[in-house]
Amino acid sequence: MSERGSLARALRRTALPLLCAGAVVTALAFLAEPLFAQGYTPREYGDFPIIGSRAAVWIAAQLHLFFAAFVLGVPMFAVVAELVGMLNKEERFDKLAKEFTRLLLVSYSATAIWGAVLVFALITLYPRVWGYLAEVFAPSMWVYVGVFFFESFTLYLYYYGWDHLKKGRAKWVHWGLGILLNLWGTIVMVIANSWLTYMMSPPAEVTPDTAPDMVRFWSAFANATWMPINVHRFIANIVFGGAIVGAYAAFRFLSAKTDEERAHYDWMGYIGNFVAITALIVLPFAGYYLGREIYEFNQQMGTTMMGGFMSWLWVVQAFLIGVLFLAGNYYLWVGMGRIPGAERFQPYTKYMLVILVLGVMVWATPRNMIASRDELTAMGGQFHPFLGVLGVMSAKNTAVNLMILTTFLSFLLYGRANKRPTVSWAQRGTIIQGALFVIAAAIVLFYGVYGYFVPAIVRIGFSVYQVLAVLAAIGGVVTLNVLMMRGAESRGEIRWGQMPDRAQYALLVLAVTFTWLMGLMGFARSGIRQHWHIYEVMRDTSVDAATPALGYASIVISACVLMFLGMVAFIFWVGGLAEKPVISGVGSVPPPEPAAGD
Amino acid sequence: MGLLRTPFRQAIAILAVAYALIEFGIPYIPPLFGVASAKIPNTVVLQYLLTVTVGILIWVSDNERRWTEFKKPIHEVLVRPDRKLARGVLLVGVPLLMAFVAYGRALPDMSAPPSFRAIHPAPPSSIPFQGEIIELTGLENPLRSVGSLDEHYEEGKRVYYQNCIACHGDALRGLGHYAPGFNPTPLNFQDVGTIAQLTESFVFWRIAQGGPGLPNEGAPWNSAMPAWENFLTADEIWSVIIFLYEQTGHEPRRWEELEAAEGTEAEGS
Repeated sequence: MSERGSLARALRRTALPLLCAGAVVTALAFLAEPLFAQGYTPREYGDFPIIGSRAAVWIAAQLHLFFAAFVLGVPMFAVVAELVGMLNKEERFDKLAKEFTRLLLVSYSATAIWGAVLVFALITLYPRVWGYLAEVFAPSMWVYVGVFFFESFTLYLYYYGWDHLKKGRAKWVHWGLGILLNLWGTIVMVIANSWLTYMMSPPAEVTPDTAPDMVRFWSAFANATWMPINVHRFIANIVFGGAIVGAYAAFRFLSAKTDEERAHYDWMGYIGNFVAITALIVLPFAGYYLGREIYEFNQQMGTTMMGGFMSWLWVVQAFLIGVLFLAGNYYLWVGMGRIPGAERFQPYTKYMLVILVLGVMVWATPRNMIASRDELTAMGGQFHPFLGVLGVMSAKNTAVNLMILTTFLSFLLYGRANKRPTVSWAQRGTIIQGALFVIAAAIVLFYGVYGYFVPAIVRIGFSVYQVLAVLAAIGGVVTLNVLMMRGAESRGEIRWGQMPDRAQYALLVLAVTFTWLMGLMGFARSGIRQHWHIYEVMRDTSVDAATPALGYASIVISACVLMFLGMVAFIFWVGGLAEKPVISGVGSVPPPEPAAGD
Repeated sequence: MGLLRTPFRQAIAILAVAYALIEFGIPYIPPLFGVASAKIPNTVVLQYLLTVTVGILIWVSDNERRWTEFKKPIHEVLVRPDRKLARGVLLVGVPLLMAFVAYGRALPDMSAPPSFRAIHPAPPSSIPFQGEIIELTGLENPLRSVGSLDEHYEEGKRVYYQNCIACHGDALRGLGHYAPGFNPTPLNFQDVGTIAQLTESFVFWRIAQGGPGLPNEGAPWNSAMPAWENFLTADEIWSVIIFLYEQTGHEPRRWEELEAAEGTEAEGS
């Protein structure tokens, strides 16, 4: 009896909801028919309270992008750190990689959440655009979800299998999982990049009259700016990952209770800064490629970006990149204080600083200055008669290439500070290295000045020579340095942990500046579409059709940066709660006795 | 040199020298060597001084000993009993200075606010011109391949002196008689950042459509440039373009092969 009674209860429990659901579906079916019969057409735009639809989508997209850059950049960092640890048998690199993968778990959820927010915002606020994109890109959206699924589970395996796959071949299997994680992440990124770049640069054959189902998939997917964005974002994610790692290390250093912790996070901060600045040196070349492709695609779009109303963002960009160079170098120079032997290089830092400061001033000198009417009259026109020459690209390229060379020199001096080469040709090698620097600087300066005396089309080519000179010098100096430092004697151990707090703030400045730059330049890239959802294919007919003013844009972007950093701070805090890092391999060295006369 | 013994004083001295160079050196030293210069707008002075200040802060703090020495006089003024007078002066003087600056900013100002200006407006790919559509992308000056360049130059000179000189001046520097009445002032063609950066088709568009033909983005342009398509023929505009380039010695920007690749000449920075 009781069995029969429980069965009946179970049937009631399952049957009732099923019946209800069936009734609802039937009712909807009956109701829906007259609705469609009346010629139902979906709305084009939705409304979002207070901040408006555009700002809502903007914030969701920006925060998703920040987290996505983080979860794509950090695995690259982790997998390289793990490999270094495996090859050099240094456990501290393995611990470093694991510590960051732990942060990834939380960040990954945040990325997915903001991705979902973005999709829902697009569906509800911009249904026409979303519907169009979904129709063009449907197969890639299915693949995207699948790859995202694989990526998540690879991440779980990579993190939770860390201690299990620790020895022998199993460790290589684990490292392979890290590579796979990066592969999935990169595929996810390039798929999403195709959607957004299609909005910027749809294929020429697509017109406003082309039905979305008539757009050829591959032609839309591999559009004109897709590959440049892929390359630029790939490198930028490394920079961003390094910067966030540096910020995390700084945060932990400042809150560390023991010397061991300080030593560990000091070392971690150095690695983060090294990765960020090294990738940053390459990033302008990827940006150049992207800019060039935008011009190739549409001259009007290119001019809007570089010479039109977006041009002011490039002044802001120059200033912020100047901050990055200054902060990155400052961190290294302060760090020399804890390296025995570095004192022999410290007198030269002031000259390097002069080059960097002058470089920032030149780079950020606006071609069109913000001037009152009286100041314009005094200048005799829109351009300053003397400083106007610094506003064109010859001067900018020269400044930034010299800044890159200077930053590279800082890294070189930092790396060599506590080493004494033992090879017989060390002195000659150093002289050759110096000559390479001088020759590269001379080439950069020569083409910078000569650029003023040739037509614009020739001058554009000069920037390639300048870049090649700098890259060749960096390649030559690094090669010589590797050979020269084989078997080098140590002048003393780096005193990890004895880094002043102010250097940690430099790392935090780096992370904040990178985040801000990403938002601002992302706006420049997206904003050059102006009043088009899909450039010259689907016009924006919403109330937000006008391109936002720069002031409004910077407020929205700054708000996004603050929200992102707030959430990242929470993740750092959670990361600290979850597990105390096992600190090993980075010994803290007692402070030295003050040298006589020091 | 004893006066500049400490990093704090050295920092102040560097800042003072930098200010003097930026505010007075740049406007007045180049003219001594025959190079034109002018006072720098306040926005740029502020930008330069901010950069120099950051540089100075980096210099005083990248070395532990220098940083300690730099902070020493500040610390002493704030805590030492015998520096009471200096402390009092600072505690009164700094807020007063801030109040003065705030007062100056709060005062009503009758001058027009400075505005961002785009360097080059983005050109359309085609324009209507006297009843027909002209494709600008890839367009070269048609007069360069027909007739005599000297004749086109002379024709352009005539057009310029009849129509353009009043604003752009006889030296093509944008200093015509009417120039002081305009904001923005007429373009200086001698400058390396104007027509030297542009294709002839871009210049044709600007002359033909003038201020009324400027794009919506970047508005308000406040340009007084007339739409010369209402007064000149296409050949007259092309010939005056030849005159501008020949007279200034600049070469027009050429189109790259294939698409209209203008390169990434970031003149916007």
